[in-house]
Amino acid sequence: MTAEAIAALLKEQFGDAITATRLSGAHPQVEVRPDAWRRVAEFLRNDPRLRFDWLRCLSGVDYIEDKQLAAVYDLHSTQPPESPNGLWSARHEFCVKVRVPRDDPRLPSVADLWGAAEWHEREAYDLVGINFENHPDSVDDHDGRHPRRILCPDDWPGHPLRKDYEFPLEYHGIPAVTEMGQTRPMH
Amino acid sequence: MADTLLESGPDLNAQIDKTELGDVRTEEMLVNMGPQHPSTHGVLRIVLRTDGEMVLEAVPHIGYLHRCAEKIGENLAPYQYIPYTDRMDYLAGMNNNLAYALAIEALCGLEVPPRAKIIRVIFAELNRIASHLVSMGAYGLDMGAFTPFLYAFREREMILDMFEAACGARLTYSYITIGGVTDDVPDRFIDVCREFLDYFEPKIAEYNNLLSFNHIFVKRTANVGVIPAELAINWGLSGPSLRGSGVKWDLRKVHPDCGYDDYEFDIPVGCGLKGTTGDCWDRYFVRICEMEQSVRILRQALDRLAGTPGEVKHKAGKSVKLPEDEIYYEIENPRGQLGFFVQGDGSAIPYRVKARGPSFCNLSICNAIIRDCLLADVPAIVGSIDVVMGEVDR
Repeated sequence: MTAEAIAALLKEQFGDAITATRLSGAHPQVEVRPDAWRRVAEFLRNDPRLRFDWLRCLSGVDYIEDKQLAAVYDLHSTQPPESPNGLWSARHEFCVKVRVPRDDPRLPSVADLWGAAEWHEREAYDLVGINFENHPDSVDDHDGRHPRRILCPDDWPGHPLRKDYEFPLEYHGIPAVTEMGQTRPMH
Repeated sequence: MADTLLESGPDLNAQIDKTELGDVRTEEMLVNMGPQHPSTHGVLRIVLRTDGEMVLEAVPHIGYLHRCAEKIGENLAPYQYIPYTDRMDYLAGMNNNLAYALAIEALCGLEVPPRAKIIRVIFAELNRIASHLVSMGAYGLDMGAFTPFLYAFREREMILDMFEAACGARLTYSYITIGGVTDDVPDRFIDVCREFLDYFEPKIAEYNNLLSFNHIFVKRTANVGVIPAELAINWGLSGPSLRGSGVKWDLRKVHPDCGYDDYEFDIPVGCGLKGTTGDCWDRYFVRICEMEQSVRILRQALDRLAGTPGEVKHKAGKSVKLPEDEIYYEIENPRGQLGFFVQGDGSAIPYRVKARGPSFCNLSICNAIIRDCLLADVPAIVGSIDVVMGEVDR
């Protein structure tokens, strides 16, 4: 299916929940309202016309000017070969972007649909701070219930890839400054 | 301590009796494997919940090598970020450079000169061979075979010499860059490379005799850590780890870039030759077969290079301005699919750079497959996934 056909199918199925469609440019995608994301994800995964069985990447992005965080899901649908020794091919690929408000960044986890999402969601929480609810590897601490951190230590303050992140000057007695003595990188 | 030991004397005896009867299950214990364990290929820590010799659960803990590579990418122009990319998967620096360069070129609509495309294919495939050689040698080490490692490094050395002649570096090359490659190949490169291929091709049979079909090696790896195809796709596995499960999927065929569609080569997949499809031996053997295919591609590419003169770099490569657009671009690395998500904001510096490392996704399946297996199988399974921690942690 082409990107246009996938976008039209999602629009027909979910109507208002699809808030934007961008098919021109290098990364054809639709934007989905966060409260509808779980239903859309199940549809993408299970509908025989789409059957996106491969989550290639989940990128968290901080759109600080819009006061939003975004989770960008890149999906593949694989096509098994007709002959036993044939090549597998890509039926289609698509991208879904879900924007959440910066002050309440919550999204339902899709780790039960795509196993690959488990670590990607932990990374998106750790670095960008999107809280994936019902994540299979969650912990409770002073930040509430959230996926376990993956790259930073469990007690690390803040989310380093947020655009307003302030670099800590000390961690467990270890002094930390950036090379130029700056605490806030340019972006 | 002594008292408690004495008090629990009868119980201990009972446990020993149980083991002697052949029951390997005793009581649950947490074993910390790593981050300095020699068979974890770097700073990987796996917490194993064991019951005697059985492993009930394996939870990987990563992040010991986290260097904020993505944040650095958001502060540097693409041309300056290239040297950081080859520090991710440091065994396949050329391929990492290529992935970021292709992502930026696709985002900016930069056309690469035909000669540069051929040079890129040559160096990407040479690096694939070098990377698979390390993988093969290190996997032998994991399984207790020291010698293959030395053989692998003997041949890898020759590849590194060619890289050194081309760009001066032996591990972190930054040779492939935005818009092409930094410089043309040195004089006599084509002859030296052909000589190497003639020398290297018969060596693959030597590796097979030495390691692949070694009885002890087969016993340790066949039927161990089986990943069914559906599970592999669901966990986003790629590269030899996916193809070991019998899935004939390779981005060089699915989405050919750099003109890969003009080259003739096959995609080797696991077929359960020594055990079950998708076991550790299959994943290992796919890499050996891929080296043969890389030699095939290299021979064709060298012929083409000789007949394609011209520029090797687009002049605008150093000064690209990223449009207000985004892209997600993946290529086939030795370990699997390396993807870059790049968001531009109209300036020369990307707003967001995200790297999807193949080792990161391949390692995430760990907990799903290391379950109810023997403790001695854990290094076999982790080694067969072939992770580079520099890329997992970025």
